Amino acid sequence: MTATVDPVPVSPATGPQPAGGGQQPPLIETRDLTRHFKVGGVLSRRTLHAVDDVNLRIGRKEIVALVGESGSGKSTIARLLARVYTPSSGDIRYQGRSLASMRTRRRSMAYRGDVPMVFQDPFSSLNPAYRVSHGIMRGLKLHRHDIGRAERRAEAERVVHAVGLTPAGEILDRFPYELSGGQRQRIGFAQALAYRPKLIIADEPVSMLDVSIRIGLLNVMAALREREGVSFLYITHDLASARYVSDRILVMYAGHIVESGPTEDVLAAPKHPYTRLLLSAVPDPRAPLSMDAASDRGEPPRVIDPTPGCRFRRRCPLAIDRCAVETPLPRHLAPGHAAACHVAS
Amino acid sequence: MSRVPVPDVRVADSTLTTDGPILSVEDLTVVYDSPLGEVRAVDGVGLSVDRGEFVGVVGESGCGKSTLLFAVARLLSPPARIAGGSVTFRGVNLVTMTDRELNHLRWRHYSVVMQSAMNALNPVISIGAQFKDAIEAHARYTKQEILERSTEVLQLVGIDPVHLRSYPHQLSGGMRQRAMIAMALLFTPDLVIMDEPTSALDVVAQRSLMVQIKELQQRLGFAVVFVTHDMSLVSHFSDQLLVMYAGRVVEAGPTRTVFDTPAHPYSQGLLDAFPSIRGPRVPLTGIPGAPPDLRVPPPGCRFAPRCPHSRDVCHRVEPHLYEVGPARSRCLRHVPELYEVEVEEVAT
Repeated sequence: MTATVDPVPVSPATGPQPAGGGQQPPLIETRDLTRHFKVGGVLSRRTLHAVDDVNLRIGRKEIVALVGESGSGKSTIARLLARVYTPSSGDIRYQGRSLASMRTRRRSMAYRGDVPMVFQDPFSSLNPAYRVSHGIMRGLKLHRHDIGRAERRAEAERVVHAVGLTPAGEILDRFPYELSGGQRQRIGFAQALAYRPKLIIADEPVSMLDVSIRIGLLNVMAALREREGVSFLYITHDLASARYVSDRILVMYAGHIVESGPTEDVLAAPKHPYTRLLLSAVPDPRAPLSMDAASDRGEPPRVIDPTPGCRFRRRCPLAIDRCAVETPLPRHLAPGHAAACHVAS
Repeated sequence: MSRVPVPDVRVADSTLTTDGPILSVEDLTVVYDSPLGEVRAVDGVGLSVDRGEFVGVVGESGCGKSTLLFAVARLLSPPARIAGGSVTFRGVNLVTMTDRELNHLRWRHYSVVMQSAMNALNPVISIGAQFKDAIEAHARYTKQEILERSTEVLQLVGIDPVHLRSYPHQLSGGMRQRAMIAMALLFTPDLVIMDEPTSALDVVAQRSLMVQIKELQQRLGFAVVFVTHDMSLVSHFSDQLLVMYAGRVVEAGPTRTVFDTPAHPYSQGLLDAFPSIRGPRVPLTGIPGAPPDLRVPPPGCRFAPRCPHSRDVCHRVEPHLYEVGPARSRCLRHVPELYEVEVEEVAT
């Protein structure tokens, strides 16, 4: 193998970016976004609340991390934003326009080109029967009408180079089996980049990769933001990598966003008890062992036909009577920093 | 399915020693026979586990850590085979034993916890029935004793014994993994071998399981060999750490020593690949490149093509494991006569 992976020399997130850019509407925002699924048979029809009343916004050139445990609804949000699912209620507004109003094929194609997804598993998300160039060229053909047929190849080489794969021309002619996991995932990003996107939804893009190459992919995300002006929704369960790359962080629990704010603020002074629990469970060889998480069994919450009240209350060390009857709404506790908790201050 | 006859335990137990290390692996080599030639997945690996010790084995995918574990437990199946070396468990060599002889030891003296509990548990049989199967395959217990013991081990890992009647899909991921551990403890073995038991869990469940494994270990006194790709996971739990790369041990030593002063550039690289959750945010690079193709391992040091410290000599001379304080490291930087000489040559 002669192909090399350039370490992309761009520093990770350096500070919060202006979210939304002043008076402009944010790139994308959701209003009370909700998605329910029907589960069970005809006689025992129940409703799974995957995402409930989520309000989030992502600005231009912003990397937002969405963290939470498996089953918290992270991937459902990703699929809602990518229009794989339609919302049960609530709305998604892209550049100020409601997605529900984008009905024509032209509009919906334009949206898909602006907001592509990168998937978790680089081994099953590339078609093994085609060369790497296939997926990228196809994206160019479908979404980039500004580029003529003759220039597509050059553009494909540019995006492959942009994700740190060289020599780009040679890589394009390879088959996926000839590439390592890290290289394949870079191709996943290159495919998304070929659309000239505004926002890339990356659903656990590094969790299947070896630890020694994960950082390289996170650096690619930072570089694409810097050089191509792309925003990211980075979905992960790894708080440390979220901290490394993101400007803002959203913490999800059982379908609700329980805490949101600038990454450093949230991690330095977590308000919600769930964020504290998550933070204390992160293995950190550089720090002494924190035993806060030891007593927690890590049992997933009930999201099938949930009753009102805070969904975290059964695991919560701070729970009061009110938590069992009233669902807490996000409250601003510091500039840009909100938590959905009755007790937090 | 024919069932192996229940062993006569008295005969087997008498051959086991009670002193010295509980497990000692020497120069173990495992090859996969492939049409393109032999692939040495595990190449001359040594490992020693004392009674009640927690040994972590870390490395990336394809480094041979799971193959090593399967070889130690004698669970390899073709095309993999043990091509050399020995695995000594309480004084008896497992490599030369027949399946029937191994059956005396398996589960009663050493047990294995597999990676994915969803795949390792039978989805159509209740937890209790699976415990019963395991017990009956290795000992003669009455119905009453089986029930008592199953209840006991489930309580040990903090699961309500009503779940003996539950099926795997009715338990959460964390509970399934704990049920697997309970199953491994049915006969209170001396050694439990674990293959990434926490990798399918999220951070909170992962931490709680690690703490529980450690508590059980201290209470019951069994030794643990814990294989993982996540170095930071074992940082607070293991006594000894073994770092593997391309089928070889590149660094071994007390966990704290390896974390505080990693002697091998690969261990250093792995540690630097984790962004920190505290302290300043610094740009990281990870380790560039990819592990070598084991069909044609590079000459000299196998890590040299990716190593930031490599010199010409590293591509020619194969390093041994050198003593570095309380640890051992497979790097030529510990041999100044080889590594430093070259600088002078270049300088003059």
